[in-house]
Amino acid sequence: MRLSYPTNVKIVRVPCSGRVNTIHLLKTIEEGADGVYVAGCLEGDCHFMEGNLRAKVRVEHARELIAQMGINPDRIRMYNMAASDGPRFAQVATEMTEHIRQLGPSPLYTGSGPEWPKQQDPKEQIEDNNPKPKAAAG
Amino acid sequence: MIIGDLKNTDEILDSIDDAKKVLVMGCRGCVTICQVGGEKEVALLASQLRIGDKARGRNREIIELTIERQCDAEFIEPILGKVKEVDKVLSLACGIGVQYVSDLGLPTPVVPGINTTFLGVNLDTGLWKERCQACGDCVLEITGGICPIARCSKSLLNGPCGGSADGKCEIDPDVECAWQLIHDRLKALGKLENIERVIPARSWATSRDGGPRTRIREDLRSISREEG
Repeated sequence: MRLSYPTNVKIVRVPCSGRVNTIHLLKTIEEGADGVYVAGCLEGDCHFMEGNLRAKVRVEHARELIAQMGINPDRIRMYNMAASDGPRFAQVATEMTEHIRQLGPSPLYTGSGPEWPKQQDPKEQIEDNNPKPKAAAG
Repeated sequence: MIIGDLKNTDEILDSIDDAKKVLVMGCRGCVTICQVGGEKEVALLASQLRIGDKARGRNREIIELTIERQCDAEFIEPILGKVKEVDKVLSLACGIGVQYVSDLGLPTPVVPGINTTFLGVNLDTGLWKERCQACGDCVLEITGGICPIARCSKSLLNGPCGGSADGKCEIDPDVECAWQLIHDRLKALGKLENIERVIPARSWATSRDGGPRTRIREDLRSISREEG
């Protein structure tokens, strides 16, 4: 499956979504991320019994904490997907990117980071990811 | 264990509004155990405050520090330098810790980040109940290990009252009648005769009614003077 997903999504790997703590989510926002989402396994399918359910509670807590500071809580989300479901992973990455794009840059954005990316057509993205070699001049 | 509750965020923000550098200070004692003022909670609150500041374009420094106990000089003295560096200390310790740090004679104001609620027990994750009011004259030996002062809504020494119904207290159907509990416990212990024992009116001077309490133990003080 040569699936593409927006390049702005940076993956932080954890052994289980239950490893994600509220402070990890807050730190991403504090350090300027426009949004963060936890991709956990489907509810009821956790190898460690309830890791994804714990993640869900922590995501909710982090949302409340940033909301109290006047940040849109929807910058933090939880998604559930099967580990083998590549298309769903790509779909969620696109959905979250579009959702965050609508919300605009983080109010914490200092201007020192990369430019706010322009909306890209998925087809263009594939081309961007696999640029064709340019013909040599001459 | 001393139980606490994090204060409302707006109240916390108000209390540190005039400070340009804030130390969020945790305590590894009771408030760590009841998950309100330990290292983790300090990190969360500090991060939350930084997020709020950055979002408002406010350039304020929030630093974090958690010490073993805020109610003991030996743990506070090594960090006095840090306290002097900041405009305000936001303490997540109980009221005792907040006062102890304030009493050190430093110019830095210390404000509470939590409300100290009661002396209680951790019954389950996230569930605490009051068990002691530190009244200074324990009757647990007579009442089968259940405190009528802390657990009876009226603090009756000779209960139950007429408000006890089906083992519950009249103030709230979720509150157990302490005297029903005492009765059942004494029965299980084979000491039901204790329920008929009249506990005479007591002096509350050992409790708060006698004003702020001081405890002096000459045996320890004399040793300390010898070593000192």
